[in-house]
Amino acid sequence: MCESPGRPGPALCFCVPSQSPGDCALLSMAAHVPPPPDPQFVLRGTRSAVHALHFCRGAQAQGCQLLFSGSQAGLVHIWSLQTRRAVAALDGHGGQCVTWLQTLPQGHQLLSQGRDLKLCLWDLVEGRNAVVDSVHLESVGFCRSAILASGQPRWTLAVPGKGSNEVQILEMPSRTPVCTLKPEAGAKPGMLMCLRLWQANSGPRPLLLAGYEDGSVVLWDISERKMCSRVACHEEPVMGLDFDPQKARGVSGSAGKALAVWSLDGRQALQVRGTHELTNPGVAEVTIRPDRKILATAGWDHRIRVFHWRTMKPLAVLALHSAAVQCVAFAASGLLAAGSKDQRISVWSLYPPT
Amino acid sequence: MDPARSEVRLAVQDALHTLSSSEDGGHIFSTLGSLKRYLSDTESPALPREKEEFATVHFSPVLRRLAVMSPGWLELLPDGRLEELWASFFLEGPADQAFLVLMESIESTAGPSFRLMRMAQLLAEFLRAGRMAALMEAQCRQRTSPGFPLLRETLLSRVVGLPDRLGNCLQRGNLAEFLPQNYFPLLGKEAVRVLQAVVDSLRGGSDCSVSFVSQVLGKVCVHGRQQETLGVLVPGLTTLTEGSCLWQRVCWRLVEQVPDRAVEAVLTGFVEAAPGPEVLSRLLGNLVVKNKKARFVVTRKLLFLQYRLTTPVLQSLLGYLAMDSQRRPLLLQALKELLDTWGSSSAIRHTPLPQQRYISKAVLICLAHLGDAELWDSRDELLGSMMAGVKCRLDSSLPAMRHLGMIVAEVVSARLHPEGPPLRFQYEEDELSREMRALATPGPAGGGALEAGPSLAPAPAETPTETPAEAVDSSVPQAQLEGSDSELDSDDEFVPYDMSGDRELKSSKAPAYVRDCVEALTTSEDGERWEAALRALEGLVCKSPEATREVSVELAKVLLHLEERTCVAGFEGLRQRALVAVTVTDPARVAEYLTSQFYALNYSLRQRMDILDVLTLAAQELSRPGRLRRAAQHGHPGPGTYCSPPLAASQPGSAAAPDWRLAVEERIRSKTRRFSKGAPRLGPVGGPNAFNSVAGCFFFPLIQRFDRPLVTFDLLGDDQLVLGKLTHTLGAMMYLAVNATVAVPMGKALLEFVWALRFHGDAYVRRGLLSAVSSVLLSVPAQRLLEDLPDELLEARSWLADVAEKDPDEDCRVLAVKALLLLERLKDKLLLPPSP
Repeated sequence: MCESPGRPGPALCFCVPSQSPGDCALLSMAAHVPPPPDPQFVLRGTRSAVHALHFCRGAQAQGCQLLFSGSQAGLVHIWSLQTRRAVAALDGHGGQCVTWLQTLPQGHQLLSQGRDLKLCLWDLVEGRNAVVDSVHLESVGFCRSAILASGQPRWTLAVPGKGSNEVQILEMPSRTPVCTLKPEAGAKPGMLMCLRLWQANSGPRPLLLAGYEDGSVVLWDISERKMCSRVACHEEPVMGLDFDPQKARGVSGSAGKALAVWSLDGRQALQVRGTHELTNPGVAEVTIRPDRKILATAGWDHRIRVFHWRTMKPLAVLALHSAAVQCVAFAASGLLAAGSKDQRISVWSLYPPT
Repeated sequence: MDPARSEVRLAVQDALHTLSSSEDGGHIFSTLGSLKRYLSDTESPALPREKEEFATVHFSPVLRRLAVMSPGWLELLPDGRLEELWASFFLEGPADQAFLVLMESIESTAGPSFRLMRMAQLLAEFLRAGRMAALMEAQCRQRTSPGFPLLRETLLSRVVGLPDRLGNCLQRGNLAEFLPQNYFPLLGKEAVRVLQAVVDSLRGGSDCSVSFVSQVLGKVCVHGRQQETLGVLVPGLTTLTEGSCLWQRVCWRLVEQVPDRAVEAVLTGFVEAAPGPEVLSRLLGNLVVKNKKARFVVTRKLLFLQYRLTTPVLQSLLGYLAMDSQRRPLLLQALKELLDTWGSSSAIRHTPLPQQRYISKAVLICLAHLGDAELWDSRDELLGSMMAGVKCRLDSSLPAMRHLGMIVAEVVSARLHPEGPPLRFQYEEDELSREMRALATPGPAGGGALEAGPSLAPAPAETPTETPAEAVDSSVPQAQLEGSDSELDSDDEFVPYDMSGDRELKSSKAPAYVRDCVEALTTSEDGERWEAALRALEGLVCKSPEATREVSVELAKVLLHLEERTCVAGFEGLRQRALVAVTVTDPARVAEYLTSQFYALNYSLRQRMDILDVLTLAAQELSRPGRLRRAAQHGHPGPGTYCSPPLAASQPGSAAAPDWRLAVEERIRSKTRRFSKGAPRLGPVGGPNAFNSVAGCFFFPLIQRFDRPLVTFDLLGDDQLVLGKLTHTLGAMMYLAVNATVAVPMGKALLEFVWALRFHGDAYVRRGLLSAVSSVLLSVPAQRLLEDLPDELLEARSWLADVAEKDPDEDCRVLAVKALLLLERLKDKLLLPPSP
């Protein structure tokens, strides 16, 4: 804890003046295309690169929305979207980069994963900010964890396991290891890169989607501990993926130049539906908006790209940041936040949900 | 004496007497009834001879008498019976006499009165009852007799002039029937009916002539009423002549009989009203072969002397020439003459652009109609004229002219020289080029092919574009679909934002110092570093003027000689902006260098033009008010600094097509600059005009040596494009030097320069000169103009008046008028009493 919650510290907020079009004006072509949008506001003050973002969801938000950001310096900042200032900064990872943030639906509890091989559970009730629990991780990869929680006291957590290609499933809060998902000996998918837990409406069985270093996406059935399907989506390591359970369609981004859209059929087999070429390689994270209308990607080329989720039509390229964008997150209200290596967090409101 | 005649005469005299004296309605009614006997088949008709006698001799006097009846007279009998009988004389008797009497009585009645209105209504009824057709038909049947032409002439002028005459008589009380827009279509309809009658009687074996209808038609067309009349007549004839030789012959005869002086008007009307070449051919027959005047109109006047026909009409005219073997030689002849005109350098210089487009279109249409065998014989001749024209046009400094030359050259050479390699120019595809290319494709005669083409083409093209999206969409799997249907309709309205800025990211770092940039630009082999240096240069120059001044001339030299090594988007703009920034930072020395290089050996025209552009932009930047305050704001110079200044608005040589928005802004500025740009100078914060002190360095070195040709560079000779640019640049500098002390000698030098070049053959040069004159008028104080340059002003004034009236180029005329207006304003200003 470096700062008391009462003092917002050096956090600043700027409303960015409308960007001057510059060179773009020479190239813009058609009359009806609106110019690139401006952000709602930009949050500064993390004082190091931003690696994780998470909007506080659920009932406890109560109008006063919070945004959590994890920085390279190991701090988790809590931003009030009303005052646009940092409310508090949590220091629990010993100066190591915070790579993943997630709130639990049933209360003021925040999960944060750091590169210090710790996964901390924070209690934030009534302005408290103390680590109530922590899980020791066994590998320091690129992989972010995932949870499956639906309001019950027990929830499932997927974390990278001991081997670089293993996934460990824990039952929380008891921290009981459920199982370890390990690819067969013949399959060499490389390192585990990203995870997504979900549960189909029809069945009680939790499923896990995992992206690997060789560019493949794998669907695991946790209860049977077996790999249901595996599909090679990318040439390069999968950096981020997101899944839309209602449409049974997902999208993944890699270190390469393409986004892949794949779908799940009735027999739980993954199929690539199409790829979408990008101008520059490298996607750090892909996120679909909760209302499943649009999705955003965080690009290593400093740009945030927004696509129409149903058609994958490109909608916007947001070129505000001056360094690689590391993470994107959507709020339930439709706000989009992106954190970048340039130490800024930009907040956008595009195509507001009706 | 013939008993019948005398009997008729007695009866008529009796009746006339009764009519003039009697007040008794019943008596008058029975008298009229007895006269009516002679007109129509009543219960007791008169003998045919008596009828004829009445009609030829007595009808007019009776009508005249009837026409002057007093108003009360018609109401003597109830129910209007008398009035009905009275009117029937006019409506049933011989139409020509009735018409003449009606017109006569209307014209002789002065002022608005009941009788005038009654007669006018009667005339309207006359028209409604179709009596005009009867009138013309009677003329067609009659054989000419001595003394007759005079009557015919009167009739003709009354028939055609009816709307005018009635308009004069009735003034505001005019009836709708007599308005030209109603009357002339009616006349057209009646003419069709007359022709129908003529055809019927020819079928019946009796002679008929259509010359009266021709004369009416001719006169109507001469009066400029082609559209109204032929708009009705031609469609009627089109359907009637279809498949009937007799109708066609009557129609040909109709056109042939048109008097010579009306041939042009009638033919133009027919050509414009006919929907296509087949119809035209059916209606006109071989008129152009038989009638010299018609030939002149079709092959010379409509093609060379006028250029008002629309393209489809032109197509149908030339198609008409192509449709008959007797007329085809005329088409070939026309093509030769057209190409001859197209290739003549004097014609190019002295005809306006729309006319040149017209001739080009005509050439292409001719080519589409002529066969290879016909073209073969005169191929060399045609190619020769074409080449001459292409050369002249490519030399022109007006982009539109060059464009036209390229299109026609491509199409014509492909047609005349199909075996050789195809000629290809680089130009932007636009409306005009597509239209022209479409004209040259020989399709099945008639517009049908052209219209069907575009409508069929897009249909198959659209389907594949839709499918990918659908394919992705249909991949949504079964079971879990509940929410997806509702959103199908709702989220299609997500309009994408502008994504043109999405370019590949360059990894290499941009240099941070001006000197590093210079080094990178001169020595770096690394394409990315080179590009980054170029992109960063402008910002660096603006950020560190001191450092730039140390290397300014060297930097200018590097930039001037810079060539595009790799494909860099916006290279020209980057280089230009960097050069401008350097010039603005160190104006005196860089301007000295650039102006000296402008007249140096070993530069390409492109580089010389770049020098001029840069000097103008730099001058504009220097003279911008509040420049120093905003100097820090360099990163993205708005469109204002990038695009050319107002006076160089028409940049003919700029290879990069500017964005439409810039083009529009540029145009708006070029239209409004003179009156709106002065205002910001009086803005809230005053500051010294930085251009003031260096204007001379920019201006005089450029104007001094234009008449000294070099081996590689001859401004007064071939390089007129650069000369045009130079005149625009000088004008712009003059304009920007407003309020500078040096403005007076600059103005003097510029007026001398203008005087030396005032008769230059190139329109672009003349435009530059004209805008330069305007700049002088705007920039040099009125008092000084009058004291120092009175003679020059007088000379300029007469020259301007001349240009405003006679110049073939429209822009030149407009500019001259603007300059004249400025002169006038100047005069007004001087005549005002000096304010205390």
